[in-house]
Amino acid sequence: MLITCPYCGPRDVSEFTYQGEAGRTRPDPASTDRAAWDGYVYDRLNPAGEHSEYWQHSGGCRAHLLVKRNTLTHEIASVAFAREDQRIHSAGRRGKGARP
Amino acid sequence: MSARRIPDGGRVDRSRQVRFTFDGTSFSGHPGDTLASALLANGVSLFGRSFKYHRPRGVMTAGIDEPNALVTVLKGDVREPNIPATMLEIHDGLVAVSQNRYPSLAFDVGAVNGLAGKLFSAGFYYKTFMGPVIGPLKGTRFWMFSEWFIRRAAGLGRAGYATDPVRYEKVNAFCDVLVVGAGPAGLMAARAAADEGRRVVLADLHARPGGSANWSDDTIDGMAATDWVESMIADLSGRDNVRMLPRTTVWGYYDDNTIAALERVTDHKAKPETGEPRHRTWTFRAGSVVLATGALERPLVFPGNDRPGVMLAAAAERYAAEFGVLVGERAVLFTNNDRAYRSAAALARAGAKIGTIVDVRDTVSAAARRLAAECGAELLTGRSVVGTEGRRQLSGVTVRAFDARSGAISGDTRNLAADCLLVSGGWSPALHLASQAGARPRWDHALQAFLPPEPTQNWVAAGAVTGAYSTAEALRQGHEAGRRAAGAAEGEETGLPLASDDGLDPTPAPVFEIHADGKAFVDHQHDVTADDVRLAHREGFVSVEHLKRYTTLGMATDQGKTSNVPGMAIMAAAVGKPIDEVGTTRFRPPFAPVSLGSLAAERHGHLKPERLTPMHDWHVANGARMLPAGLWFRPQIYGLPGETIEQAYVREAKAVRDGVGIVDVSTLGKIAVQGPDAAEFLDRVYTNVFSTLAGGKARYGLMLREDGFAYDDGTTWRLGETEFLMTTTTVNAGKVMQNLEYFLDVLWPDLKVHLTSVTDEWAGAALSGPKARKVLEACVGGTAVDDATLPFMGIVRGEIDGVPVTICRLSFSGELAYEVYCGAGHGTQVWEALIEAGRPFGIVPYGLEALGTLRIEKGHVTGAEIDGRTTARDLHLDWMLSKKKPFIGSAMMDREGMTGSRRLQLVGVVSLDGRPLNGGAHIVESSNPAAPRDSIGHVTSVCYSPALRKYIALALVEDGKARRGTRAFVSDPLRGRFGPVELVSHHFFDPEGKRLHG
Repeated sequence: MLITCPYCGPRDVSEFTYQGEAGRTRPDPASTDRAAWDGYVYDRLNPAGEHSEYWQHSGGCRAHLLVKRNTLTHEIASVAFAREDQRIHSAGRRGKGARP
Repeated sequence: MSARRIPDGGRVDRSRQVRFTFDGTSFSGHPGDTLASALLANGVSLFGRSFKYHRPRGVMTAGIDEPNALVTVLKGDVREPNIPATMLEIHDGLVAVSQNRYPSLAFDVGAVNGLAGKLFSAGFYYKTFMGPVIGPLKGTRFWMFSEWFIRRAAGLGRAGYATDPVRYEKVNAFCDVLVVGAGPAGLMAARAAADEGRRVVLADLHARPGGSANWSDDTIDGMAATDWVESMIADLSGRDNVRMLPRTTVWGYYDDNTIAALERVTDHKAKPETGEPRHRTWTFRAGSVVLATGALERPLVFPGNDRPGVMLAAAAERYAAEFGVLVGERAVLFTNNDRAYRSAAALARAGAKIGTIVDVRDTVSAAARRLAAECGAELLTGRSVVGTEGRRQLSGVTVRAFDARSGAISGDTRNLAADCLLVSGGWSPALHLASQAGARPRWDHALQAFLPPEPTQNWVAAGAVTGAYSTAEALRQGHEAGRRAAGAAEGEETGLPLASDDGLDPTPAPVFEIHADGKAFVDHQHDVTADDVRLAHREGFVSVEHLKRYTTLGMATDQGKTSNVPGMAIMAAAVGKPIDEVGTTRFRPPFAPVSLGSLAAERHGHLKPERLTPMHDWHVANGARMLPAGLWFRPQIYGLPGETIEQAYVREAKAVRDGVGIVDVSTLGKIAVQGPDAAEFLDRVYTNVFSTLAGGKARYGLMLREDGFAYDDGTTWRLGETEFLMTTTTVNAGKVMQNLEYFLDVLWPDLKVHLTSVTDEWAGAALSGPKARKVLEACVGGTAVDDATLPFMGIVRGEIDGVPVTICRLSFSGELAYEVYCGAGHGTQVWEALIEAGRPFGIVPYGLEALGTLRIEKGHVTGAEIDGRTTARDLHLDWMLSKKKPFIGSAMMDREGMTGSRRLQLVGVVSLDGRPLNGGAHIVESSNPAAPRDSIGHVTSVCYSPALRKYIALALVEDGKARRGTRAFVSDPLRGRFGPVELVSHHFFDPEGKRLHG
């Protein structure tokens, strides 16, 4: 499997470290909502198909990448820096309040 | 009369002899022979005994699909089992032995299994060896009792125990177009892609490119097909952009056109060239791939179809054309298709007498009839072979009338004498690689075959693998596939070589099995019969995948190359559905067995990199015994002659308490945390507050995981307003770094913080003991080190021996102590300067054992206590949990079960019987050593404490704090240790911490 790192170009998967499902929303740090925290810490999607996940280019530039990957075919639909995606997300979320 | 070498024909080098042995008997062959062809030429018909029934087996094929003739190759003490004799090129000195026979191949006691056929039907392990419900052999015990005998009797070759001394290697390679298979289609594809200027690799599993052109009687471009192959090899090998890889089996098709192949570099050589590896694993990244993998002839399933002398028709043709070996004198052909008539004709030309052609079809094409007439053979249509005769060699076959539509057998039995039965049940495209990189294969009703699926990767198929069995079509498809793979524009097809057209009908009759009395084998290698398949169906196994696992059909080393399609056809007939509704199994890598040596290649033995501190050589030169700590090597003790480990560390630890010692702490993880939000970031990741830390000061910090358990600890130094140096434990350095990077990239991208791992940039030495300050005073310039300038947790910068250093006053040992850091390149210089300055004060270098002893005496925790199951409260570190701010883990750390009673808490343990304690021992309350039940905890770290003059330990004990002052017992049945202990506070020594303030 090749992942195209936006810095380094297409690289073998062995250079990357899987860092878990993306798209999980960390509860507000001060929140005491147990269900929300349990969900964040323990619940993971395990879809057969499209999956958003983080891969760190640990053997390269060390950036965390947001990778949209099909778990059935290993086809990668998109790769972006996790940082940039997070900025877009947090900008979008502002004013709307936390997601349920 | 059996097989023999004919006076001419074939490409073996008849001018030279090759000597080899098979089962201890010496034989000779010619260069170019395989073991199978050479043994056949010597009249050998018996090659092995079958898997379950120990039936005599001969050669069935001439290639990678061979299920019967598997041998073990011996090289000294090294055994390599299960090598198809059909793929093994002979060389001088080759030693091969047959398999699964005892005491000898000709006389085999296991053959008695054949008389108990019913017992060994599908699933017999599961049924027979489920023991009675009660009694000494109840349940699976009966199986365990029987297993040894079964494993000995069943099976294939035996692997050896000797170390393989031969070298293997791995290569990564890139190409624009990878062509798999060098038959007519593959050769054309390679040339077309090369003409477009692409970098081309052409891999073929045989020694010589050419595929079917090496043995068919085709003419291509007006010359014999073999001559055309010769001209293509000359053309392609003269090009810089083409790499030809003979003896290279492409066995795996992985994501992103990553292709795995095995090159057998020296297996065919008596003496490898210097430096040559035996096997080479190729990992190709190919822009595009042409699959020209050809097709495999499949057998028909009928009683007695496994007798030596029964052989695939095209295999017999190959033995004659490629090796000059005639597999029999009196042959009968049994077929359901036209193509096999060409094999019969080829054998007739080579000198065999084709007595009879038995065809299951009622009518046969005119072209096939002409070939039958050419052979001088009697043509029996609408007939079938229903049995074979002979013991270790075929002597005759039985034929009856057969209705190809209903499968009904009728009429009189006719016996035909024959020493060789050529069988053809049609052809199956070799779509293994296509299936690995594609969707579900398609069933073609006319061709009675699975065809390659839609690609899910960038490949094009060409030639027989697409179901196009004519050479003319293979040439055309190969050319087009090569151009497409090269990305060439669509254009006129010019310059295509012309090939002879045999005018034969490529479609076989849909007949797979002749259902008559007797064992009819589907999977020869695993001894799976047609009745086994039907039995599986009767017992409710409907899915092909279940059928496979229950009967083990297609699961042997040949992966069912000859048996998958017939097996599915028989299953489909039993279910009463068309074959395509029963489905096909997916092919997975590897296409053919791969040597483990080639997968490991150079990567065996000690693989881990070794991390050495800048002072490593000094430690070794000064008598240190080095101990691995993760990838690092650290001094365990600096032993004096005659000292035990315990004597050494006790001496070292005592020297620290009494005077001064020095220890290498370069291995601690060090992370530079820089940026305007660095302090805020640390507040979020540590349980305690760092934003209030003054510049030039350090603080001990604790990290939790998101789930609230303790994770790592260390000191972090504030070097400036926006600059910190974080230290982590040695083993967690990498993980902590990765975690922090995740937090910044994913959780808090708005924080302006930059992280740099600086573990390797700094050498560190810790100086501990009441005289530590005196040592510094003697060697540090540029700064004072007195208590006012350098208070506890203070940081100063200065120089030692002209080298800039940063000194922080912190203590792991509980003594007055300092950590001195300098650039890694000056580590030894500063270390030696410190030793020199300490000499008047009796400075002693100390190792990990003394370091551990000093910290255990102080009750400081390390990875043995922060084991992923303990909380900050368990370790009495709750004073570090800030209530003023959230931090990683703060939301989850007080969940039920993580607080309250019955938690394992850190305690001190003192041995009351004066004997050492050991890590991992249980703490129990019962005083009965024979029944040490009800563990209340376990020992984590142990030492002899010179300060207390006792053996002590740290332990995690249920409600440990409340048990202080009580007695319990350590129990370690594995190491035979039981004895009384007292549970105490983990602060064994100097609980008030007076000593670290000097």
